[in-house]
Amino acid sequence: MNRKVKTIVLTGNGTNCEMEMAHACKLAGADQVDIVHISELLYGEKRLSKYSFLNLPGGFLDGDDLGSAKAGANRFLHARIDDENEMLIAELLQFINSGGLILGVCNGFQLMVKLGLLPALDGNFTKQSSTLTFNDSGRFEDRWVYLKANELSPCVFTRDIELAYYPVRHGEGKFVPESDSVLEQIEKKNLVALQYCLPDGSPTMDYPANPNGSEGAIAGICNETGRLFGLMPHPEAYLHRTNHPRWTREDLPEEGQGVTIFRNAVNFIRSREF
Amino acid sequence: MADRIEVGFKEGIRDALGEKTRKRIIDNLALAVTKVATIEVYTITGGLSVAELGDAAAGPLSDPVIQEYIINRPLAKNFDWLIEVGFRPGVTDNVGKTAREAITLLLGENTGERKINVYTSRQYLISGKISPADAEKIASGVLANDLIERYQVVSSKDFDFSSGMPAHVPQVTGKDEIQVEEIPLALFDADALVKISQEKLLALNLEEMQEIQRYYQNPDVIKNRKKAGLNENITDVELECLAQTWSEHCKHKIFNSKITYTTSHAKLTIDSLFKTYIKGSTAQIRKAKGKKDFCLSVFVDNAGVIKFNDDYNLVFKVETHNSPSALDPYGGALTGIVGVNRDPFGTGIGAKLIFNTDVFCFASPFYKKKLPPRILHPRRIYEGVREGVEHGGNKSGIPTVNGSIVFDDRFLGKPLVYCGTGGIMPAELNGKPTHTKEIEPGDAIIMTGGRIGKDGIHGATFSSEELHEGSPVTAVQIGDPITQKKMTDFLLVARNRGLYRALTDNGAGGLSSSVGEMATYCGGCQIDLARAPLKYSGLQPWEILVSEAQERMTLAVDPKKVKQFMALAKKMNVEATVLGKFTDSGKFHVLYGKKTVAFLDMEFLHEGVPQLQLAAKWKQPKYQEPDFPEPANLNKAVEQMLTRLNICSKESVVRQYDHEVQAGSVIKPLVGVANDGPSDAAVIRPLLDSMEGVVVAHGICPRYSDIDTYAMTACAIDEAVRNAVAVGADLDNLAGLDNFCWCDPVQSAKTPDGEYKLAQLVRSNMAIFDYTTAYGVPCISGKDSMKNDYSIGKTKISIPPTLLYSVIGKIKDVRKAVTMDAKRPQDLVYILGETRDELGGSEWFSLHKAVGNKVPRVDATGALKMYRALHKAMEAGLVASCHDCSDGGLAVALIESAFAGGLGMNIDLKDVPYRGKKRNDYILFSETASRFVVTIHPKDQNRFEKILAGNTVSEIGFVTGDESFRITGLKDRLIINEKIGKLKKAWQTPLDF
Repeated sequence: MNRKVKTIVLTGNGTNCEMEMAHACKLAGADQVDIVHISELLYGEKRLSKYSFLNLPGGFLDGDDLGSAKAGANRFLHARIDDENEMLIAELLQFINSGGLILGVCNGFQLMVKLGLLPALDGNFTKQSSTLTFNDSGRFEDRWVYLKANELSPCVFTRDIELAYYPVRHGEGKFVPESDSVLEQIEKKNLVALQYCLPDGSPTMDYPANPNGSEGAIAGICNETGRLFGLMPHPEAYLHRTNHPRWTREDLPEEGQGVTIFRNAVNFIRSREF
Repeated sequence: MADRIEVGFKEGIRDALGEKTRKRIIDNLALAVTKVATIEVYTITGGLSVAELGDAAAGPLSDPVIQEYIINRPLAKNFDWLIEVGFRPGVTDNVGKTAREAITLLLGENTGERKINVYTSRQYLISGKISPADAEKIASGVLANDLIERYQVVSSKDFDFSSGMPAHVPQVTGKDEIQVEEIPLALFDADALVKISQEKLLALNLEEMQEIQRYYQNPDVIKNRKKAGLNENITDVELECLAQTWSEHCKHKIFNSKITYTTSHAKLTIDSLFKTYIKGSTAQIRKAKGKKDFCLSVFVDNAGVIKFNDDYNLVFKVETHNSPSALDPYGGALTGIVGVNRDPFGTGIGAKLIFNTDVFCFASPFYKKKLPPRILHPRRIYEGVREGVEHGGNKSGIPTVNGSIVFDDRFLGKPLVYCGTGGIMPAELNGKPTHTKEIEPGDAIIMTGGRIGKDGIHGATFSSEELHEGSPVTAVQIGDPITQKKMTDFLLVARNRGLYRALTDNGAGGLSSSVGEMATYCGGCQIDLARAPLKYSGLQPWEILVSEAQERMTLAVDPKKVKQFMALAKKMNVEATVLGKFTDSGKFHVLYGKKTVAFLDMEFLHEGVPQLQLAAKWKQPKYQEPDFPEPANLNKAVEQMLTRLNICSKESVVRQYDHEVQAGSVIKPLVGVANDGPSDAAVIRPLLDSMEGVVVAHGICPRYSDIDTYAMTACAIDEAVRNAVAVGADLDNLAGLDNFCWCDPVQSAKTPDGEYKLAQLVRSNMAIFDYTTAYGVPCISGKDSMKNDYSIGKTKISIPPTLLYSVIGKIKDVRKAVTMDAKRPQDLVYILGETRDELGGSEWFSLHKAVGNKVPRVDATGALKMYRALHKAMEAGLVASCHDCSDGGLAVALIESAFAGGLGMNIDLKDVPYRGKKRNDYILFSETASRFVVTIHPKDQNRFEKILAGNTVSEIGFVTGDESFRITGLKDRLIINEKIGKLKKAWQTPLDF
C-alpha cells in the first residue's frame, strides 16, 4: 500500500533524544519526519491528527523533579490548546482512537505509563496502573542490555525481533505494577513486549543484566492493540554499527539493530492492517 | 500561612534513595544505622484550599502506584531519629520551582491572584542505636551542607506524631528600599583603600584602587559625570562593576603581567605570558599551516572555533569551577558544567552542544587525617562533584564522553573541577558566517533565561582569592539544567530564524561582564537595572549588576526584530526582558529607573587596569634518589599498581554519566569484551548522516610539577595528542585548550615562595609554546585559575601546579577508529617508542614515597614522526588495538589491553627498547612519554613494520587465549604470571562505590 507515513517527534521542556529519534524514523523510511516543540501543539500550530506515528523521546521532562515525567504528565493532562477550548489530552486520546502509533522511549515511556497510556488495560488510557521508579541500585546508569522479545505480543514494533541489544540510560526504570493482578493481566495478554535477559535470551532478575530490578524483568510493554509501545532501553541510540560498544571486535551489519523498531512501525502504517 | 504535603513510599515499596543514604552513612561515618527511609516534603504558600492541596498531592506530587501522601500531618513512623533537610533562603530550589509550575497549571484559572510558592525539603528517618551527637554528625557530615541547607534533628521521643514538623518557609527577606552608596574615594589614604577592597570582597590591590581613585579625580571625568547627574564620588555600582571586570578571573592579570624571569644562568623579561607563549604559539602554527589553517576564532570569544568540514565548525571550551566546588561540591560542579555549556553556546552566534568532558582532581577519598576548618572530606567532595556533573550533563542531553580523575592529597586545599563542552555550528547561516559577532548601536539588549537573585554574587572576585574564613556563601550557585535547556532550545530556533545579532553568556561578573564585553563591539551601552527580572525583591542595583545567577544569556537584537523575538520567547515559555540598548557613546551607562547609577568610560573599564610587574626565580629542585631494591615479587607489585587511585578503574563514575545521548557515540569511555576497559579518547559522530568523526582527548600529569613544570606541561600535551592518535585522530586537524590551575604565584607575606611558583608558571608556558608548535596543535582557547590555595590559621595547602591540556580533532572515517582492547589470540604485541628510566614523579616512585629527579622528557620530533606512521597504519586497517602508556607505564598498559580483551599475553621484557638502569621494575613502570602498546594480526606484520620503519618499534610478545598474563624478565625468568581476571578485579575494586 502506498500510504504516506507522517511521523511527529515531540520535544521541549527537557526532552533530549529528539534528533536521533527523528533520524531513526528517516532511516526507517518515513515520508515525513517533523520534530515538533510542545509549544507548537499548545499554540495549535501543529496538530496530532496530521500524523500517524507519534514519538515521545527520552530526556528529563521538567528535570524529572517530581519523579520521572510526573510534571510532564501533569502538563499533558491539564494544558489547554491556545484559543480553542480544547485540552491537549483530548487531542492525544483522539489520536489514539483513530489508530495512531505511539512509541515512548525512556522518559517517553515513563510519560506514557504515568499518563495511563500503558498498559491501558481494558482501553482506559488515563488511569495509571503501573509505574517506573528508581533503579534498585539507586543510581543512574548507562549500560547496554540484552532484550528478549515476546513473539506472542501484539506489539507491532517488535515483530520479527528475537533478541536485541540496546543501551539503557536511566535512574528510574524499574517497572512496578499497581498489583499482582495488573502484572498477571499484562503477562497474560502478552503486553510484555521486551524483557531484560542474559545473552542467551533467558529473562533475568539479576543485576546488571536486569539493570534496575524491574518486576517480571520488564523492559518494554505495549497496549492491547500493540500500537502503543514504551520501553526503557534506547533503540534510537543504535542506528549504526559504530554505536555498538564492541563494534571494533565483532562482525556486525552496517545498520544498527535499533532501526528495526522504527521500520516495523513505518511498515505497519503502510500495510493493510493499519 | 503555609501548608505541608509529605510524600513517602507505601509499605513494601523499596526506597532506593534511603538504602543509598544508609550505605553512605556507613561508608563515611561507620555508624550502626540499620535503616533509612525518606519522605519528600513540599511546603506550599499561597493559601490553597484543602481540596486543592489534595489535588496537588494526588496529582503531580505523588505517584499513586508506589507512594502515599498526607497533608499537614506527619507520615513519619518507626524511626529513632528524624532529620529534615531544606534549603536556606535564596538557594535555588529546582524541585520547588517545578512543583510550583505544576500546581499553577493544575489550578488553571482558579489560581487567580494568589502567589503560589513551593519550598522542598526531605526527611530522613533513621533507625539504629545512635547517640544524639552521632545523629548530629549524620546531619552535618552526610546529609546537609550547612552553607546552603538547614536541618533539624529530632528523636522519636521528642517528635510530635500528631502534627509533625512545623511548616518552615525559607523566604528571602531584604529591604525593598533601593540604595546606591557613594564612596568619597578621594579622601581615602592607602590603608583605607586596601581596607575597603577587603571589606567589600573586591580582590583589588592597592595599585588598582589608586588607579580608580585617580580616574575619579580627572576633570574631564568629573565634568561628564556631572552631566549624567553624578558627582565625583564613585558609586557602589561602579566600584563593584570595576572589581568584577578587573578581577583576576576576568582579566587574567597574572598571565598579562610583565615578568622578570631569572635562572642560575639567564635573565629574561616577558611582557605577558599569554601574548608571548599562548597567542604567540598559535599565531606561529597558523602561519606555518598556511592554507591548511583550520582556526576560525581563537582567544576572542567565549570558546575557540575551528573548521570541521566545509559546512560545519566545531567549538570547544573548558572551564574550572574549583572554589565553589570546595564549598558546595554538588552545586559547584553542577554549575560548572551547565556554566561551561553556555560558553560554546554563546560563541559566535551560537553552537549546538555535542559533548561534555570532565576532569577532577581530588585528595584521596580514603583520607584519614584530621581535616582543617571549612574543608569537606574528600569523599564528600568526590561524591558531590560526581553527582553535580551527572545532573548537569545528563539533564542537558549532552553526552559526557571523556574525562579522568586525578588524586593527590594536596587537592585537599582545593579540589579542581574542570568541565568542558564542545559544540557544532553550520559554517554559515542566513548567508553570514557564524563564528563572528557583530553588534550595531541601537540594538536592544535582551536578557533571557533565568531570573536574578543573590546567588553567585562575588563569584569572580571570590575565585580570585584563596579559600579563607570569610569566603562568602552567596558565591555558591546551584544550576538548573532544565531552565537552561528550555532557553537553549528557544535560542537555537531564534538563531536559525535570524532573530538576534549576537549573544553571550552571563557567567562570572553577571550582567556587568556580559553587557560590558558585548558593548566593546559597538562602543557603549545603556541599561536599566530596574527592568531586570528578579527571583525576589530586596536586591540592590549593584547586586543585580554583578549577580552570577545561572542560566542567562544576553543578546543584541535588531530593534526591528524585538517583537518577533519576544513573541517566540513567550510561546516557548522562556522569560526574556529588554534591559536597554547598545550605543556608540563610549560609555558603560547604567540606570536604575530614571537615575544614573554608573557612568564609566568603556576604555577605562576594559583597558584601565594597570599591568602587574612580577618577579620569577627558577631553581631546579633536587630530591633524594630512592634506593629501594627491585621487589622479588613483581606479581604483587603489579597488583599494587593496579589499585593505585590514579590507575584504577573509574567505571562507577563513568557509568553514571550518559555518554551516548545524541546517538553519535563511536568510541565510548568503556570498551572491550565486557564493556569495561579504559578508552584512551572519545570519538563521536556529530552528524548522523556522515561518517566524519570528532575526537576528544586530554592530558594531565600534575605529579611531574614537583620536579619541573616544563616537563609536566610537555608530558600533558604529549599525552593529549597521544591519546587522540591512539583512537585514530588525524594529526593535521588537532587543536588544543590550555587550562592552568595554579597556586598563588605572587610573592607576598602569605606566599613567600611566590617567585618560585611564578617561575613554574613561566616554564609551563614555555613548554606550551615549544610543544604546541612542534606538534602543530594550536591552543584555540583556555583559562587560568590562579588562586588554588587554602589558608586558614596556620594551615596553608597549595595544590600542585596543574595543566589540563584538552584536544579536539577529527577522524575522516569513524569506521577506521581503533580501541585499546586486545582482539584475538595469536595477535602480535608491539611497543612503539623507546622506554627510558624516567621514573621521577612516577606512580611507582610515589608508591615508594619518593619523587626522584628523572622526570619524563618529551622528544617531540621523534614522537611526531612515529605518530604519523601509526596513523598511516591505522588508516590502512593494520592496527587491531592501540593503548597509550601513561600512569603506571608499560605494565599497566599491557595488562589493561589484555583484560579489556578478555585475553592473556606472553611478553618478553628483553625485547623492549630501553635505555637506563637495567631493572625489571623500571622497565615495567617507567612513565616515559610518547609510547603505545599495539596489537596486530600476524598477517599484517610485514605491512605494519614497513609503515613504521625508521621509528623505535619492537615486537615484544603475543596475545594468548588462556587468560594468563605472563612477562619474562631481563634474566629470562618469568617475573609476572597472573590470571587476567584477578588483575582486573584488583583494578576495578578501589573506587567501586
